[in-house]
Amino acid sequence: MTSTPDVPPAPPQSDPGAAEITTAFTVNGTPRTVGADTRVTLLDALRDRLGLTGTKKGCDQGACGACTVHVDGRRVLACLMLAAQCDGREVTTIEGLSREGRPHPMQDAFVRHDGFQCGYCTPGQIMSAVALLREGRAGTDEDIREFMSGNLCRCAAYPNVVAAIKDVAREGGDHAHL
Amino acid sequence: MRTFEYVRPDGVPGALAAHAGDAATAFLAGGTTQLDLMKDGVLEPARLVDISRLPMRGSTTTGAALRVGALTTMEELATDPTVERRLPLVREALLLGASVQLRNMATIGGNLLQRTRCRYFRDPAVPACNKRAPGSGCAAVTGPARMHAILGVSERCIALHASDVAVALVALDAVVEIEGPGGARRVPLTEFYLEAGGRPEVEHTLEHGELITGVEIPLPPEGTRSGYLKVRDRVSYEFALTSAAVALLIEDGVVRDARIGLGGVGSTPWRPRAAEAVLSGAPATPEVFREAADAAVAGAWTVPGTEFKVELARRTLVRQLRTVAEVTR
Repeated sequence: MTSTPDVPPAPPQSDPGAAEITTAFTVNGTPRTVGADTRVTLLDALRDRLGLTGTKKGCDQGACGACTVHVDGRRVLACLMLAAQCDGREVTTIEGLSREGRPHPMQDAFVRHDGFQCGYCTPGQIMSAVALLREGRAGTDEDIREFMSGNLCRCAAYPNVVAAIKDVAREGGDHAHL
Repeated sequence: MRTFEYVRPDGVPGALAAHAGDAATAFLAGGTTQLDLMKDGVLEPARLVDISRLPMRGSTTTGAALRVGALTTMEELATDPTVERRLPLVREALLLGASVQLRNMATIGGNLLQRTRCRYFRDPAVPACNKRAPGSGCAAVTGPARMHAILGVSERCIALHASDVAVALVALDAVVEIEGPGGARRVPLTEFYLEAGGRPEVEHTLEHGELITGVEIPLPPEGTRSGYLKVRDRVSYEFALTSAAVALLIEDGVVRDARIGLGGVGSTPWRPRAAEAVLSGAPATPEVFREAADAAVAGAWTVPGTEFKVELARRTLVRQLRTVAEVTR
């Protein structure tokens, strides 16, 4: 099996009369520029323009959390944010969590605890979990459940998600470097 | 989604000028309602004026009030030290709303202006919606309804105002600070919202092109106890079926000051002044709380799907009065 070259797909044809806007922002530490229709969300810019398909499109209406990314260090929903609003901002996606080829401790913990089934919500769960630790809200199981409630998992892997987060929190979370 | 122009002016005057009261222009702050409704085709602005970087963020405590910039996010306000210490009902209402991701995006000004979650309003394929298409009727009154209002409504519209924090803010007599082409003005939040009985499409007294710049929250007297109870279909990340924001000052078992806001029941964040009047000067007992709750829902207008809310709202208020007053009998 040959690997697919890492080339972003061609941008969709824009509508006649659509307004174009150029957005310069940092994605996973790399400066990127996207010229796109003003209607393009951060989610679509990441997936369709920059080829970063780790961030998932679930509901596309702010209800499921699958598109959770960090903007200037805070977890947000990429589907409810225009790409143009991110001009000058720093965006971190699931692809930006690893360091020196090693998965982030939270990614390791999700694997270790089987914190997923189909895996579609997992990038959003992990981005949310990393932020949760930084917010200092992983003190109790109850807190973890409450402050992770914006990330739905229809496979209901919730107990293992909580276990994975507790594991990283117990280790001190210091090496959770984001 | 309809195509639109996106602009991001510097400064409040620049934002007001870029909007200029144009009917097809809308301000964009956190965008969590605005963008969602644009995707659904309910809102179709031709131009978005991004105000999210204007210097209207953060809060300051001055004397007996907390002044909150309109662009302060829900998360930021929930973790504000003054809110933590003096305004538990505001903190709890914020933290029980939406998710952390949405609270990191959503602003206080935008929260006050959020549109109803009524499923018929949010679906342009439904022809009858007096709020979306004035004069077309109300599909919620005749169709299945549940997450709808029972106070401040009529057969013209039963859409609910779904904010949690606004419920706490009306109870506290918060004041909205507004700037517009005609200058600056201040409006008490209790006079800001308009009930759906008359013209459902007009929800508040903000003129098109005016901007909310801040909210002033009077701090209740020291010794006041407060909290927010939200009753819903699942334990987290869900809108209220009913909710109650309660602030009580009790001395020697007698209620000296009572402030109440009800959520999940009104076309506006609901302030049941009749219930407050029952409590004021009365002993803090379950019997008095029940009497206050009866007064709070007097005049409720229901359809078959919302009848349950009358008793649920009563019980929600009684429960929260008992919790805040620490009356366990």
